[in-house]
Amino acid sequence: MSLANKYPKEVKQILAKYPPEYKRSAVMPLLYLAQREESYITKDAMQDIAETLEISITDVGAIVGFYTLYHDKKEGKYRMQVCTDLPCALRGADQFMESLCANLGIKVGETTADGLVTLEAVTCLAACDKAPMFQIQMANGLEYHENMTVDKTMELIATLKRSGVEAE
Amino acid sequence: MSYILLRHRDIPDISNLNVYKKNGGLEAFKKTVTKMKPNEVTDLVKASGLRGRGGAGFPTGMKWSFIDSKSWPHYVVANADESEPGTFKDREIMEGNPFQFLEGVAIASYAVGAKAAYVYLRGEFWQIAKSLDEKIAEMEDAGYLGEKLFGTDYSLRIYTHLGAGAYICGEESAMLESIEGKRGQPRIRPPFPAVKGLYNKPTVINNVETLTNLPMILANGADWYKSMGTPDSAGVKIFSLSGRVRKPGNYELPFGTTFRQLIYEHGGGVQDGRPVKAIMPAGASSSFIVVDDKVLDTPMDYVTVRTLGADLGSASVIVIDDTVSIEWIINKTIHFFKYESCGKCTPCREGTYWMMHLIDRVHEGNRSDADVDLLLNVAKQMQNKCLCPLGEFSTMAVVTGIERFPQDFRKA
Repeated sequence: MSLANKYPKEVKQILAKYPPEYKRSAVMPLLYLAQREESYITKDAMQDIAETLEISITDVGAIVGFYTLYHDKKEGKYRMQVCTDLPCALRGADQFMESLCANLGIKVGETTADGLVTLEAVTCLAACDKAPMFQIQMANGLEYHENMTVDKTMELIATLKRSGVEAE
Repeated sequence: MSYILLRHRDIPDISNLNVYKKNGGLEAFKKTVTKMKPNEVTDLVKASGLRGRGGAGFPTGMKWSFIDSKSWPHYVVANADESEPGTFKDREIMEGNPFQFLEGVAIASYAVGAKAAYVYLRGEFWQIAKSLDEKIAEMEDAGYLGEKLFGTDYSLRIYTHLGAGAYICGEESAMLESIEGKRGQPRIRPPFPAVKGLYNKPTVINNVETLTNLPMILANGADWYKSMGTPDSAGVKIFSLSGRVRKPGNYELPFGTTFRQLIYEHGGGVQDGRPVKAIMPAGASSSFIVVDDKVLDTPMDYVTVRTLGADLGSASVIVIDDTVSIEWIINKTIHFFKYESCGKCTPCREGTYWMMHLIDRVHEGNRSDADVDLLLNVAKQMQNKCLCPLGEFSTMAVVTGIERFPQDFRKA
């Protein structure tokens, strides 16, 4: 089903933000909308957006490839994106990341065996005074978690796991 | 002294429209639209001495006056991409005092005759974008945005546009490309955005903090604003303090505050009582300042910091103590810029790649002095050759780090 059929109100609102002759501008918000479905953007979704905006699927794919918050393959349900950039690293972010890896039994870039969490190292998230910190990217949005410890993070993951089980 | 920008610290509910209005909010915009001509607004902002807070420090009123008045429509774009490592001030403004920021966008739009303004937020500010959308809708419902405002012919709409994870989109021409639905890669200039910007139309791009100053300047006047700060750098600045300090955070202080006051009085001093070894005053893009007692007493303004061989930039002050190796720092910054290079121009794309391989070799301990020399050489070769500031920024810490802290790089 196309985005316009599934989310008619959202698509209309998005297109209304930009001059009608420049509807290509809507590609980024439409990609976020498409990502809601599966936590990644399928080829069908790219084709759908290309047709809506009257651009080629290559143009849409170039956007997906360029920007790091769009994903073209399935990973963990929650992408835990830890900032290991300079200011956070001066406040212990590298050690935090190492302990997280040890606790989860995965390396940076890998996903836990239950498919729940993908651990990623990212660049500055504008929270340099609240390190260690990470954001969780999920199907519909992003959440910041600041001033974190490994214990607090493991508790959070346990909560996410429970809520997933309950939802099923 | 009460806050001018971070007013939510004085008035906790100021993110509520009624509370904002009760505290004088939106009166400046109303007065501007109903009682002032656009060029009078520009003149007042020129007279206030306000300079761009995104890093370049360019006079705001002068920037507005460059807009091409023969080509229409005009656009205003608010740069809310805040991605420089060490910078986290715009986020606090938009979370805590969003209406003052939006009122600033509205005033700037009126001054340059724009009927549409876009707020470009980095993708990670997802929740802030959602909240700004709600605030914009509230302003529309209350008659502060929309058609024929306050019974005049002036109409204005503000829209948010969410990026998706790309440092380069903070560069103004890359930002415009991104709003146009393209990859965020900088444009060749000229033409400048004031002539051909968004959708090829004259466009003014201002940083969030810059815009948030405007309602207070319009309400209190240019002389009031100029009474704070230094002659060259008027007003207040939000200093994002991070690194090895006890109390990192945002500190709104007048220009001319010294490094010592920021780090010791406000930031609680250095962790474990260590001495400050170096300061990066403008985030990861900074040159290193070698710190001694005299340096700590330097006032922070656009002109004086330059005498120390660095730019104040966005005033993202990263404090480095004597336990940290400068070589470790530039390993971090080079990897950052290599990752964030957009790949459009060769000096940056190839230069950051080779700098990364060289610093990896140095960092892993297999270094020779020849590797350090080659790294310095690559960085210097890149300078003044890149299409946009990102490439230039990637070399600043490398060159000044190796030259000013040779002991951290050379074999004894």
